[in-house]
Amino acid sequence: MTPVLSPDALSALDRAGFSRRDFLKSSGALVVAFASAAVVDRYGTLLAQGINGTGSTQLDSWIAIGGDGTVTAYTGKCDFGQGLYTAQLQLVAEELAVPMSRVRLIQCDTSVTPDQGTTSGQQSHPANFNRTNLALAAATAREALVGLASRRLGVAASDLVARDGLVVSTVDPSRAVPYAELVGARRFDLQLDARATRKHPREWTVLGTSVPRVDMRDMVTGRFEFVHNVKVPGMLHGRVVRPPDIGATIAGVDEGSVRDLPGIVKVVVKGNFVGVVCEKPWQAVQAAERLAVNWTRGTPLASQSDLYRALRSQPARDTLLVDSGDVDAKLAAASTVLRSTYHHPYQMHGSIGTSCAVADVQADRATIWSATQSVYPTRNTSATLLGLRPENIRVIYTRGAGCYGINGADTVSYDAALLSQAVGRPVRVQLSRQDEMAWENYGNAFAIDQRVGLDQGGNIAVWDYEAWSAARGGRPGYNTPGNVVTGFLAGFNPAPFSPRTPAPAPNTPLNNGSNTAPSYIRGLVRNTSNGAGVVVSERVLSHRVLSPFFTGPLRAPERLQNTFAHECFMDEVAAHVKADPVEYRLRHLNHARLSGAIRAAAARANWQRRPSPRPDRRPSGTVSGRGIACVCYEGDNGYVAMVADVDVNQDTGLIHVTRLVVAQDSGPMSNPDGLRNQIEGGALQGMSRALGEEVTWDDRKVTSVDWRSYHTLPLGFAAPTVEIVLIDQPDVEACGSGETSITVVAAAIGNAVFDATGVRLREVPFTAERVLRAISESSKSEVRRAK
Amino acid sequence: MSILTLRVNGRSQDVDVDPATPLLYVLSDDLDLRGPKFGCGLGQCGACTVLLNGQATRSCLTPVSSVAQAKAEIITLEGLGSSGAPHPLQQAFIAEQAAQCGFCLSGVILTAKAFLDQNPRATDEQIQQALSGVLCRCFANVRMLAAIRRYVREARA
Repeated sequence: MTPVLSPDALSALDRAGFSRRDFLKSSGALVVAFASAAVVDRYGTLLAQGINGTGSTQLDSWIAIGGDGTVTAYTGKCDFGQGLYTAQLQLVAEELAVPMSRVRLIQCDTSVTPDQGTTSGQQSHPANFNRTNLALAAATAREALVGLASRRLGVAASDLVARDGLVVSTVDPSRAVPYAELVGARRFDLQLDARATRKHPREWTVLGTSVPRVDMRDMVTGRFEFVHNVKVPGMLHGRVVRPPDIGATIAGVDEGSVRDLPGIVKVVVKGNFVGVVCEKPWQAVQAAERLAVNWTRGTPLASQSDLYRALRSQPARDTLLVDSGDVDAKLAAASTVLRSTYHHPYQMHGSIGTSCAVADVQADRATIWSATQSVYPTRNTSATLLGLRPENIRVIYTRGAGCYGINGADTVSYDAALLSQAVGRPVRVQLSRQDEMAWENYGNAFAIDQRVGLDQGGNIAVWDYEAWSAARGGRPGYNTPGNVVTGFLAGFNPAPFSPRTPAPAPNTPLNNGSNTAPSYIRGLVRNTSNGAGVVVSERVLSHRVLSPFFTGPLRAPERLQNTFAHECFMDEVAAHVKADPVEYRLRHLNHARLSGAIRAAAARANWQRRPSPRPDRRPSGTVSGRGIACVCYEGDNGYVAMVADVDVNQDTGLIHVTRLVVAQDSGPMSNPDGLRNQIEGGALQGMSRALGEEVTWDDRKVTSVDWRSYHTLPLGFAAPTVEIVLIDQPDVEACGSGETSITVVAAAIGNAVFDATGVRLREVPFTAERVLRAISESSKSEVRRAK
Repeated sequence: MSILTLRVNGRSQDVDVDPATPLLYVLSDDLDLRGPKFGCGLGQCGACTVLLNGQATRSCLTPVSSVAQAKAEIITLEGLGSSGAPHPLQQAFIAEQAAQCGFCLSGVILTAKAFLDQNPRATDEQIQQALSGVLCRCFANVRMLAAIRRYVREARA
């Protein structure tokens, strides 16, 4: 087969200064006909892109048919271990009616794939598997092929069907024409057709089935190429030297301290960014350790024990998502008012492999091999950092260790780029474990106050949510390299923080993308009810304050923290009125799919209807309980309910989760086994976050910098059984599924602990020490009540 | 720098390195092997695991000179089996689709392999105990343990 590049692609590659042969070698592309270069030229850095980028309306940006009939698809949504590569192959094979073996997929390479922004927020499935982007492109291409065949064969399109790489007459199957003859190695020259018909899930034969992951064999036999394995001729090895304290700046660097080390190429200083470049990786490790840098003292940090109080006493940016205007009056009039406060710490992504990137920066152009979730944003921010034009930078996604959000992948891409620019040769950088953990963008800490007022019947008449959370930086997006540590050290500021009090009245319909609003309120703004519940007196007020640490999206960002507070509090209210937690939730919901997930989980778990805590609980020894939690993820992007069964040792404070039952409705399922894998992993990762994970610090610096000081559950822990109910919904839009199960775990476990012990845990993580303290405080308060 | 001879995946290889270099860097950088990976450099996670004379060993903490002097047989994840002919334990991981990102697999598979070679009659609980120092941050635990159980079952059959 002869590789063919379209004229547009060739000229774009030439303009960008890339060798055609290198490109073909690296991508294996047959036909590349794409419009992204034009998008770049037209808009430059001025694009105002959302999380899903600008995409492309040109069919040739997404799908190309090779001269041999091979289909090449281009996607801007990457596989970082969630199985998306295989699922997208299935999608293209299904819509275009070709075997998967005849589809090639090229993911996230700014020289050839459309700008789909960031692969995150469980947005890939909705973005590429519905009626836009890749799915629409494949459907458009199939219909275009049928149309071309109709003209070629003189047969009505309604009498033709696409099958196995051919368009065939349904009347006379001997009349058929291969795709390659219709458009092979040529452009379609078509816009995506919003009316193109997607195959209904009931017709699927490839999509919707549990096709094994195409990368699995290479992964388990050690052949898979991670970004850590990328080798470029002439490549050197870099290592960064981060400040010892938060806020420390450089007073001096003694380059002489490493001059005699073997293999040293250069010490690089740019603002407060410091790194070394050596011939070999181990030399770089030693040089970074040896390099004498004189740092100023940093900014003293407030004590960790004071975190949640401090969140409430800083200048804040206030946001009112929902306000029915009658909350204070309704609370004053309620027969009973219940209130609780929930605390959730900073947690980290803690990738199993430290972040790594390779950059080759030359005088006027650069190539960066990066595990970033955001190749186009990384291209643009790297351009800012390096002083190059974005169109002269090519960012090639290459998988790293699982990221779970913005781990160090973006920042290490900048590290490699800065060091490569300084030495004029390709440089590979892999962070140390300590640098990864001390400087990543943590998941936000939250303090959340919840109040409800009950009516005479024990139903919730008014719900009041007020939260304080801390943030700094985040995803760099297309123009804020200072949102991660390297950009900041190199002289760029994080996105500005502007306090605002009081919050303006809500004036757009509720977007519950961060699950700030509980499921049980109506969510009425501007005559639109976007809530999932029935409570009409409602207020959702958030205060965002400045964090001393960088923060950013960590799997189920904010959704997890908020859902922990909502779902534990709902359980408290149900317990107060002695209602069954499942029944009480259903009573306050007005959402068929969420209620369906709750019923499905309860049925599979053999849920016994009764109030919590269990009536027969014992005051010591090991006791068992069950708890439920649920969420409409991001308001409308996946529906999940989980029942947790736990044993609690009341003498040691240890929680043993014995079973997790998860019912999930994500719309049509592209790959049921892949979906199960995501749900299982999310459930156990959520358990680890609920039971042990917490970023710690002293008065100067983060102290949770390895796996002894940051407590993740190891592979050997006694894992619960995870039972999954997949709710089949073929007639609705595809939702996401990567972040659903993790969102409800902490609440389900906390509620189960309450059921077992009568003790409410209101602060994550539920360490043995906290459980014992809660038990002891609860027995004291029971004694006080008895007096 | 000095020339050292290593026995890696059944072949003798000469490398010219600083003898204090941890074995991991030599395998990844000098010998271009992709199996063992840098996870922490502290022996806390297992991603760098190789078999040294059949023992699961953290290559990030093992000086290359000690391995060369001992003339130890080094097996990495790619030495256990090939894509075309995976080892039965690797095959069990494929059958169970027991990974997400796959970065931790050297630690999981080679630790289990070494343990089961010496304890072919191990119980589930003992296997789990043997994996207590291995981390998978995607938490593919359920599948990984199922894959190991499948391998044990098939090996005993």
